[in-house]
Amino acid sequence: MSRQSSDLPIENLLRDLKPQVLGIVVRRFADFAAAEDAVQEALVDAAMQWPRQGVPANPQAWLTQVACRRMTDHIRSESARRRRENEVALESSYVSAPADFEASAEDDTLILLFMCCHPALTRASAIALTLQAVGGLATAEIAHAFLVPEATMAQRISRAKQAIRNSGIPFRLPTKEEREQRLRAVLQVLYLIFNEGYTSSVGSELLRGDLSSEAIRLAQILHNLQPGNPEVAGLLSLMLLTDARRLARTNPGGDLIPLAQQDRGLWDRKQIAEGIALISEALPKGAVGPYQLQAAIAALHDEATRAEDTDWPQIVALYDLLKRMSDNPMVALNHAIASAMVHGPEKGLELLDAIKGDSRLTGSHRLDAVRAHLLELAGDRQAATNHYRAAAIKAGNLSERNYLLTRAAQLSSDQ
Amino acid sequence: MKYILMMHGTKADWEAFTKWPKEDLQRNIAFMRAFSQELKESGVFVATEGLAFPEQAKIVRAGKDGEPITDGVFPESKEFLAGYWIIDVESPEQAYKIAARASGAPAPAGTIGSMPIEVRQVMSEAPEDMLQ
Repeated sequence: MSRQSSDLPIENLLRDLKPQVLGIVVRRFADFAAAEDAVQEALVDAAMQWPRQGVPANPQAWLTQVACRRMTDHIRSESARRRRENEVALESSYVSAPADFEASAEDDTLILLFMCCHPALTRASAIALTLQAVGGLATAEIAHAFLVPEATMAQRISRAKQAIRNSGIPFRLPTKEEREQRLRAVLQVLYLIFNEGYTSSVGSELLRGDLSSEAIRLAQILHNLQPGNPEVAGLLSLMLLTDARRLARTNPGGDLIPLAQQDRGLWDRKQIAEGIALISEALPKGAVGPYQLQAAIAALHDEATRAEDTDWPQIVALYDLLKRMSDNPMVALNHAIASAMVHGPEKGLELLDAIKGDSRLTGSHRLDAVRAHLLELAGDRQAATNHYRAAAIKAGNLSERNYLLTRAAQLSSDQ
Repeated sequence: MKYILMMHGTKADWEAFTKWPKEDLQRNIAFMRAFSQELKESGVFVATEGLAFPEQAKIVRAGKDGEPITDGVFPESKEFLAGYWIIDVESPEQAYKIAARASGAPAPAGTIGSMPIEVRQVMSEAPEDMLQ
């Protein structure tokens, strides 16, 4: 996602305006897919004209006008084509639909987020559509971030739009009853975008930092729209607190460095302070959810100046809560690690035995990796080596596999 | 998650392919084109290549001075890569389903639709979560 620095202010302005303009055009023409294309074209026009001719006095009105003109052209050629084919001249969905209420740009951005993250879409489609329609990223940029050809990403996005058209999802805020569930889907998509950027590595290089920044930007937008929602604040806080460790997470060769061995001087203190402020404000609101708990755990890690200062008993308590709230076996794994830090590795190994039959962990390297780590702490080097190797065989990420193999090699050479 | 789907065949399989009847050959070629197109249209396509016949295949090793030492003699049972697709899907099950489509490619009557497809994960998957 490289941009020329001189054009950055205009690019950022365009990306900020995109969801607002898109909202207006969708509202006017009631056709999300065509509107998205039209706005995209208007953005391209602006990106070419504004650097030379200057930014218009009302950039939003300029973009809306150009996009609406494109929409009209589209409808004209579409209806001409239909006439040629002897079909119905104008499909009802193209008839200008009056807005059902005077909506603000804020509402529009929120509606767009709900729409792009609709549970009817596959998560891969929802991610791509959100990055394009709300994030304002170009198809090529999204394709690059996910390491697929541009044509594939274009196809994925166009199918997602088609799915929205076919499902008849209306362009309005979800009802109060469905709001919670729909918001969860939005949070999940933003979390996945963040995770993709934060954890994915290709070969030995961590390449996709930009997706994390984009996820943080989108979570910030959502937080501004829903400042009173503690889970939204929790997710934003979790992202900030996790991303703050980014520089310390790998060595210059791209190898992963575990939390305990990271150079904490490289952590971004400003971002940590921001994350802690957010979670401290959200937690007392009393509607504790999984993102707030994960943010609180991340905060405890980030607050420790040295690894040995980590408040593990508090972390165990938070994982206890999280375990009760979520049936995710990954939570149980992390709970076992935290418990081992408080009560000794035997306690952790005991907790692992309780989940080893979980079918969702079959094929995952995590159970073996955690067991290896705890066995190492317990001083059983031979068994630890075996489990590090077993984990390496299952790992789907090269940096992780390198780490696991190196641990195994280190332990077996020490024996 | 990305997967690679690989078609293999022994030299005997490759040689049999040269003797397929015209209609079978054409059906197979048309299927392979349509299959790649289908992957592109469904938004999962990453890459595909077909490989040349293994007649000139060589195994290369570095000699003492780093110069290549080539070997072209293989056991009959050796399976040669014929071609591959790389796809980006949401689950292993989706990859298996697509692999089964490839496996069902038209073949001469009597040997239809069970070409073995090796499915392997490409190492780029993100770890499941970021909890610590």
